[in-house]
Amino acid sequence: MEEFDIIGQPLPKVDAVNKVTGATPFADDLSLPRMLYAKLLGCHHPHARLKAIDTTQATALPGVVAVITGADLPVKYGIIPSSQDETGLAGDKGRFVGDPIAAVAAVDEETAERALELIQVEYEALPAYLSIEEALDQKGEPIHDSGDQGNIHKLVSLEYGDPQAGFSQADYVRDDTFFYQGNTHLPIEQHAALAHYTADSRLTLWSSTQTPHYVHRLLSKALGIPMSRVRIIATPVGGGFGGKCDLFGHEIAAAKLAMITGRPVKITLTREEVFYTHRGRHPVLMWVKTGVRQDGSITAMHFKTFLDGGAHGSYGIASTYYTGALQTVTYKIPAYKFDGLRVFTNKPPCGPKRGHGTPQPRFALEVQLDKIAEALGLSPVDIRRRHLVEENSHTVNHLRITTCALDECLDKVVKASGFREKHRQLAYGRGIGLACGSYLSGAGLPIYWNDLPHTSVQIKLDRGGGVAVYCGQADIGQGSTSVLAYTVAEVLGVGLDHIQLTVADTDLTPIDLGSYSSRVTFMMGNAAIQAAEKLKALLLEAAADMLELPVGALAARGGRIFCVDDERRSVPFEQAVQRAEAQHGALVAMGSYTPPKLAGPFKGSGVGPSPAYSYSACAVEVNVDPQTGEIKVEKIWIAHDCGRAINPLLVEGQIEGGVYMGLGEALMEEQSFRRQQHKSPSMLDYKSPTTLETPEIETLIIERPDPGGPFGAKEAGQGPLLPVPPALANAVYDAVGVRIDEIPITPEKVLKALDLKRQGKAARVGPKGIPNVTFPKPVWVEPHSGAPKLEAE
Amino acid sequence: MKQLITLNVNNETIEVYTAIHKTLLEVLREDLQLTGTKHGCELGECGACTVLVDGEPVLSCLALPIELEGQAILTVEGLAVDGELHPLQQAFADNGAAQCGYCTPGILLTAKALLDHHPHPSRDEIRQALAGNLCRCTGYAKILDAIEAVRVP
Ligand code: FES
Ligand code: FES
Repeated sequence: MEEFDIIGQPLPKVDAVNKVTGATPFADDLSLPRMLYAKLLGCHHPHARLKAIDTTQATALPGVVAVITGADLPVKYGIIPSSQDETGLAGDKGRFVGDPIAAVAAVDEETAERALELIQVEYEALPAYLSIEEALDQKGEPIHDSGDQGNIHKLVSLEYGDPQAGFSQADYVRDDTFFYQGNTHLPIEQHAALAHYTADSRLTLWSSTQTPHYVHRLLSKALGIPMSRVRIIATPVGGGFGGKCDLFGHEIAAAKLAMITGRPVKITLTREEVFYTHRGRHPVLMWVKTGVRQDGSITAMHFKTFLDGGAHGSYGIASTYYTGALQTVTYKIPAYKFDGLRVFTNKPPCGPKRGHGTPQPRFALEVQLDKIAEALGLSPVDIRRRHLVEENSHTVNHLRITTCALDECLDKVVKASGFREKHRQLAYGRGIGLACGSYLSGAGLPIYWNDLPHTSVQIKLDRGGGVAVYCGQADIGQGSTSVLAYTVAEVLGVGLDHIQLTVADTDLTPIDLGSYSSRVTFMMGNAAIQAAEKLKALLLEAAADMLELPVGALAARGGRIFCVDDERRSVPFEQAVQRAEAQHGALVAMGSYTPPKLAGPFKGSGVGPSPAYSYSACAVEVNVDPQTGEIKVEKIWIAHDCGRAINPLLVEGQIEGGVYMGLGEALMEEQSFRRQQHKSPSMLDYKSPTTLETPEIETLIIERPDPGGPFGAKEAGQGPLLPVPPALANAVYDAVGVRIDEIPITPEKVLKALDLKRQGKAARVGPKGIPNVTFPKPVWVEPHSGAPKLEAE
Repeated sequence: MKQLITLNVNNETIEVYTAIHKTLLEVLREDLQLTGTKHGCELGECGACTVLVDGEPVLSCLALPIELEGQAILTVEGLAVDGELHPLQQAFADNGAAQCGYCTPGILLTAKALLDHHPHPSRDEIRQALAGNLCRCTGYAKILDAIEAVRVP
């Protein structure tokens, strides 16, 4: 008999039919009787004091029901407890072009829009800071009066072991600088929310959010109403990628307007506003110095990152630490130093995008490794493959590694792509590049400190055989609701048609922290198994009574409970349910999951730990036209270690989507600014790959079950993005011999580098250096005892 | 200014009294409560709002209903017939071609128009036909697979 009935099957998602018939209710599809429509007024300056806002004319416009400004929403909040610098609408100052400063509720969108034009704002322009350099060279008023100093939001410095000794023992040391441009999530669904405040003083907010719990907490704070009177329902999300993880001004404004008017208020952002809402990939400037021995083993690494944070803290403190955290989980590093700095700038706030803070350093690390391999005459495969982290070990910065199938990932990708036969052997213009990556299966710590479970699942059995499952998780398209159904059905041994799901509703469902950090399958899956196992125990006991057999002789599968040695002796699932209900009363069980305590004994250790890491290896083959600089990606091979594929069809989908998104970042996506304004706040100007630019992707799923994961599963949603940009950069070098140490790799940059090469100069385009910043004295950390050691020569 | 317009949507003749400058997208979603048609930009840039008019893909965010009287408008709600999914819908479900599902209605209709005119397109021809429909979730791979599963070989 197969090990599982449902786990491992390429099944359609439980909500697939709703999605293909247009029946899935997204936030903007909702409407309520007497609903009003809200619109936001965005700030016209990148940095300006709001001296006066006159809303008289707007309020007087027929059809306008309410107008609010920052004065109505004075409470500061922020997703990270130590970074409280946002308000629902800007109060004292506007901090970027598009920063919401007022909101109107009217009988229709058109009237609301007309009212916006009637709001008069008196600005006092302040000096604007549009880049890391400008922010550091702060002459006038800083953007916030919070943060570490001036425009510096966060400065960190950590040292693990003895990098000095490591560098001195190296045979070869090099340092490089890299830049990774910011880009945005570009979900096809524009953010939308519907707020309803009822006569009993209860507020309900339907919103396209990935994190209903965090919205619950923060909205209650921003509005000053207790969480017990606020209900958040996360509607199915039409693409998230990290962009719908925060509480946003439009959600607060809609809720406030609903409270003031007593009528339901809906708000849907325009596409331009989605660009301003952002919370996307941080632009990061990087400097990395690495020491290696002749055999390519790393003796020490020093990494500096400079993050351009945009106008608010948001997740920025976590993002900053993430740019230094996961360098150590792929190859053995015995000594490591990390300096990180995040500045505020007058641009839309950055935050978490798929890979949160880790694709930028991964790009730098993997490209530098390619350079090191060449300098030492090693193959890019061997330099990686020979120095992988050990399974069941720790890293120098106290991250616990459980399973790691990166060896197998590399072997499979190298073989499938023919890397060894192609690398440095293809005709001029053609090239192949290789890179690896790793990502968390859920953050080991929550965003705000607490020792509560990260997720809980409740199951209620109906005497008709129905299995009602409740969980606060929000499906953003990755299929987490389906995973919930699969795990429960597998454990209880029933078909998926028995399962009814209620999700993402803070009134009805037990908590889940949200769809971020690739945590849901791993954490919710474990909670679901725990809840289902409790009920299964009761059902087996009941069936044992009925069959007069010991519990140990029974199994639950295929909608019945039967004797393993004689399948004819069985009871149908619903009869076992009825018997168990007669014995115990209502059949309801809870399961919860709290990650093991994984943080190391130092400040800053909260970012990076995860109960398990996924691994991926990727090869990219390109064709570069030396005349035009154009890069055509011929094919991408990717192998991803996800522990176990709960549903291989969905895992493949996550891998392909991640590869596509990584490729978009690597080739074209760019959140850039001109004359203090967003250069491309439209889908036409912000280039993203269409079917024509997206190549064939060969996906290899590597399964090595992780003992901590549900059925052995680890993540698949974010990790596969990471190796794509560096593999592409390495492929471009293989094709035409130029180094583009900067993302995106555009035709202009390739042409510029080729030109430099023709002139006999260094054939490289990338940042020239890093700002002159004195980092604080690092916090010194004794390496974990299970970490790789610096071997004496 | 409002006017009474007669539209043929999903084989149903519907009279709607609406502002004449409203787009087809708005009339479908707001006046007719046919919210299956989505929007990602309302500027003709993403393809999410695609519907078929007399069998041809049209961006409903740029179309005016007043100009479409007498023409057959097909939205995602009209694809399944008598409770039977259209083969493309079934293939999208079976192949995992809808992740968040937000781009799906527009892509289904674009694909239907392609296959109606051209029952055996190559993978590259499918790519060409879908070049105006953005999807951020799938990397397009499973969408192409699903359409290939339905084309006449
Ligand atoms: S909404 Fe019509 S093309 Fe984007
Ligand atoms: S499935 Fe999400 S945008 Fe296509």
